[in-house]
Amino acid sequence: MEHTHTGVVHDEHGHDASTKSIWRTFWILLAITIFEVGLAFSYLEWHWMPRLFLNSIFVGLTILKAFFIVAEFMHLRTEIKNLIMTILIPLMLFVWFIIAFLADGDSWKNMRKDLSPGKPAPAAMHVNTEEAHH
Amino acid sequence: MDTAVTAQKKWWSGGHSPFNVSYGKLMMWYFLMSDAFTFGALLISYGTIRFMSTSWPDPNEVFHSFPFVSHTAHLPLVFVSLMTFILIMSSVTMVLAVHAGHMRDRKAVAKWMVWTIIGGIAFLSCQAWEWTHLHELGAWWGRNPFANADGTVASTNFTNFFFTITGFHGLHVTSGVVLNIVILSNVLKGTYDDRGHYEMVEKVGLYWHFVDLVWVFVFTCFYLL
Repeated sequence: MEHTHTGVVHDEHGHDASTKSIWRTFWILLAITIFEVGLAFSYLEWHWMPRLFLNSIFVGLTILKAFFIVAEFMHLRTEIKNLIMTILIPLMLFVWFIIAFLADGDSWKNMRKDLSPGKPAPAAMHVNTEEAHH
Repeated sequence: MDTAVTAQKKWWSGGHSPFNVSYGKLMMWYFLMSDAFTFGALLISYGTIRFMSTSWPDPNEVFHSFPFVSHTAHLPLVFVSLMTFILIMSSVTMVLAVHAGHMRDRKAVAKWMVWTIIGGIAFLSCQAWEWTHLHELGAWWGRNPFANADGTVASTNFTNFFFTITGFHGLHVTSGVVLNIVILSNVLKGTYDDRGHYEMVEKVGLYWHFVDLVWVFVFTCFYLL
């Protein structure tokens, strides 16, 4: 009984700061999501910016949301540096992973386009094989 | 449990965890890191295939329905935004359960765990509806009724990746709900009061937030881009 009581009193104290930051994170995540959806709708309606630019914004905002979830909800921000580093450094492999594979997919597409039956003039093909070697 | 962090502390001299967390929590982090690579591999292979395709179905044309609304209504992104909201909300209730666990407030932990489980089940129900709806339209693994954005006939890559990746994520949500129910029953039994700490709630919470994290990427990759 005694213990439960102190627990409750403690709750009243630590309640504010912690719960406040939880709800703050929630509102940030919600606002980012609403902004993303709003942006997608406005693009559907008016096509007012280049698709590549829009996609970059989406990817940037996704990474921002990921940061808030990991740092605040998963409390990685409050862990010590050693732990943060053993989690984040291996994930940096993704940088190479994404660039390499997407570039590979893109070059595959170009090869298929250029080498499809009767498609390219022989001269254009020559330029492309040169590019592929780089 | 946790020892005080001081600047002079020699983390690697032994006697305590150099990461200042318990073994179980550290291993949960490493599991999640490996799981991140699994999901990353799936999403990157999706991206690679999409990059090598000359055209791809427009997600706003494919995902435009809402339950109980006429199928002819054009409501892109609305339903998936609701799903995203549900999952973010359940992440909030989970972190509130973890917070209550720090306070050793058994009733509050149970209350927030129940809300988290409800959120998880609501998300799964939404996904079940979406899958059923797409299946009715003729979409499944190996079958793709949706044309490319440029009007050409699409390959089955689109549906294969969609069902595989959202399915794998849904499987994670399902196991998360099961784990949450197990932990909730332990909370109600008073197991963690006897143990003196609610760290199991934290570990399961990490997993649950990770599931939310993956959804953030799935949402972007399949519905926004």
